[in-house]
Amino acid sequence: MEKFVGKTIFKGVAIGEIFFYDKGDSTIKRTALPESAVESELEKFQQARTTAQEQIHALYEKAMKEVGESEAGIFEIHEMMLDDDDLIEQIENIIRTQLVNAEYAVSIGGDNASKMFAAMDDEYMRGRAADVLDVCSRVVSVLTGKSTGANFDKPIIIVADDLAPSETVQMDKEKLLGICLRSGSVSSHTAILARTMTIPAVTGMDIKPEWHGRQAIIDGFEGAIYLDPTAETIDKFVQKQAEIAEERRLLQELKGKDDVTKSGRHLKLYCNIGSIGDVALVQKNDAKGIGLFRSEFIYLDSKDYPTEDEQFNVYRQVAELMAGKKVIIRTCDIGADKQADYFNIPKEENPAMGFRAIRICLERVEMFKTQLRALLRASAFGNIAVMYPMIISVDEVLKIKGIMGEVKAELDELGIKYDKNIEQGIMIETPAAVIISDLLAKEVDFFSIGSNDLTQYTLAIDRQNPKLESLCDTHHPAILRMIKTVCDNAHAAGIWAGICGELGADTTLTKTFLEMGVDELSVSPSFVLPIRNIVRDTE
Amino acid sequence: MKTFDYTIKDEIGIHARPAGLLVKAAKQLSSKVTVEFGGKSAEATKLMAIMGLGVKHGDTIKVNVDGSDEENAATQIEEFFKSNL
Repeated sequence: MEKFVGKTIFKGVAIGEIFFYDKGDSTIKRTALPESAVESELEKFQQARTTAQEQIHALYEKAMKEVGESEAGIFEIHEMMLDDDDLIEQIENIIRTQLVNAEYAVSIGGDNASKMFAAMDDEYMRGRAADVLDVCSRVVSVLTGKSTGANFDKPIIIVADDLAPSETVQMDKEKLLGICLRSGSVSSHTAILARTMTIPAVTGMDIKPEWHGRQAIIDGFEGAIYLDPTAETIDKFVQKQAEIAEERRLLQELKGKDDVTKSGRHLKLYCNIGSIGDVALVQKNDAKGIGLFRSEFIYLDSKDYPTEDEQFNVYRQVAELMAGKKVIIRTCDIGADKQADYFNIPKEENPAMGFRAIRICLERVEMFKTQLRALLRASAFGNIAVMYPMIISVDEVLKIKGIMGEVKAELDELGIKYDKNIEQGIMIETPAAVIISDLLAKEVDFFSIGSNDLTQYTLAIDRQNPKLESLCDTHHPAILRMIKTVCDNAHAAGIWAGICGELGADTTLTKTFLEMGVDELSVSPSFVLPIRNIVRDTE
Repeated sequence: MKTFDYTIKDEIGIHARPAGLLVKAAKQLSSKVTVEFGGKSAEATKLMAIMGLGVKHGDTIKVNVDGSDEENAATQIEEFFKSNL
C-alpha cells in the first residue's frame, strides 16, 4: 500500500479502480493555406464555432439538471465567450493575415486570451484562463474531429493532470466515484462542480500513468489517496462511507424540520462559527441561527487593530447571508491562548486568568467602541445580537451598557441607522457569573454558557495541560448543577439561557439539557442534525 | 453622451456571471456602452474585455453611454449595475 497526501477539494471517501485520463498529444499542427482557401477556412471556423456552442449548450442543460442553476452558469459564460467579438476577430485575423488553418488560429487566439486572464492579479480571474482554453480546445476538437472527454464503462476513480469543467460535467456521474488531480486549483470550476456533485476529490498529487487499473481509496477528508490499500484500510474506509451515508440520510430526513420535542417545546439550535466561510456550513446543516460568531479571527488575521469599516463589512455580510435569522456576535475575546502581537499584552504568569476579553475592552475603550459601532451599523442589515465574554460582575455589565449607550447616541447624532432594540447578552463562563446569575439576569437579554472555560475554572483544571486530561470530567455534577442554576435564574428574570461550549454538542446530554430548561444550544455545524434528531425524539 | 460613476459592491467584483449579464443587457441597446477603469476601457458588449478590466469590490468605474437612446439606455445600465454589481 502507498499513500500520497495532497489537498482536499471535496470531503468524502471513494473506493475503486483508477482510470488514468491522458488527454494525449494536444499539439496542433500549423498548416499554410493558399490565399484562395482563406474564405472557406473562415467559413469552417464559423461552423465549428456554432457546433461548439451547441455542444456547450447541451452541457449547460445537463449541468442544470445535475448540479443546478448556479453551477451550470459557467457553461452559459462559455457559450458567450465564443460570441466574443474580440476573440472572433483575432482568430479571423490570424487566418487571414498569417494564411494558416483554423484550428491553429483558434489555439493561438485562445492562448492569447487565456494569457490575459492568467496575468491578472486576482485569483478568481486567473482561474478563468482555464475556461477560455476549455472553450477554444472544444472548437479545435470540432475542427479536427477528435472527441473530447474520457469514456469509461464501469465505476472508476479518475486520475488526471487537470479536468476542464466541461470534461467533468460530460462524465457519467453514476460511474464517477472520485477525482484525483495533479494541478487543479481548489477554487477552479471543476472543484466547484465536484463539490456540488458531491464527488470525493483531491488535488496536488504527483500522479503517474502506471496507476491506471490499480485499486485506490480517495480520502477527501485528509486530502489523500491510497494505492493498493490493504484489506484493513478498505474496511476502515467502508465504515467511514457508511457514517457519511448516515449523515446524508439525517440531512435528507431532518432538513427543514423544526427543533421541537414531541410535547412541543422549541429549542433554539444554533451554530458556532469562526469565519465568514463557515456560514456555508451553517446553511448546509440547516441551523436556525448563529449562536456564537467568534469575532476574534478579524483581530487575529490583522496586523493592526481592524478598522470600523473592515469589521462592519464582515458583520453585515454574515447578517445578510443569514437573511433575518439570529446572528449572535461575541465581542473581541483576545487573550489567553489567542494572542495578536499588536495588542502588546505583556507576558503573563497565568494568561487564562489574565488580561483578556472584556477586561481588555473595558480598558481600551476606543477599540471596544470601534467594534460596537461596527456591530450596531451591521444590525440594520439583519438580526444581530451582541454577546460579551468573561463577565465576573454586575459592575462590568453596567459599564458595557454605558459605553453602548454612548455609541448609540453618537450614531443617532449622525443619523446612522441601527437596530435600536439590539439584544445584548453575556457569556457565563466564570463561577462568579454563575453564582450572581440572578443579579446579572436583570441587566441583560440572554445568557450563553461557555462550558469550556467554566469547566476549567470550576474544576481548577488547565485545559491545555495534557496530564490532567483524565481528571477533567466534563459531566462533573458541579458543572451540571451550575447549568441548572443559570437556567433557573434566567427564567426567573424572563430571559433565555443557552450553552455555546463543547458540552452543548455532547449528544449524551441533550435530553438532560432539555429537562434542565436549557433554551438554546449553539454547536459546530456538523452537530446540528444529530441533535435535532434527539430533540425530535424527546418527550 | 451620458456618463456616470459606479462603485462595485459585489464581493468578487465584475466576475463571469454579472459580466455575462452586462453583455446581454448592453446588446439590447442601440447606444454604445463603454466601461472605463484603471486607464483602460472596454465595450460593454465584449465579455472578455470587460472581465479583463479586473474590476474588484470597492473599485469605481466610469460608464459612458453614447447613441440615439442614450438617455434611456444610461438609466437602464445604471439600474443594471445597482441590482447586479
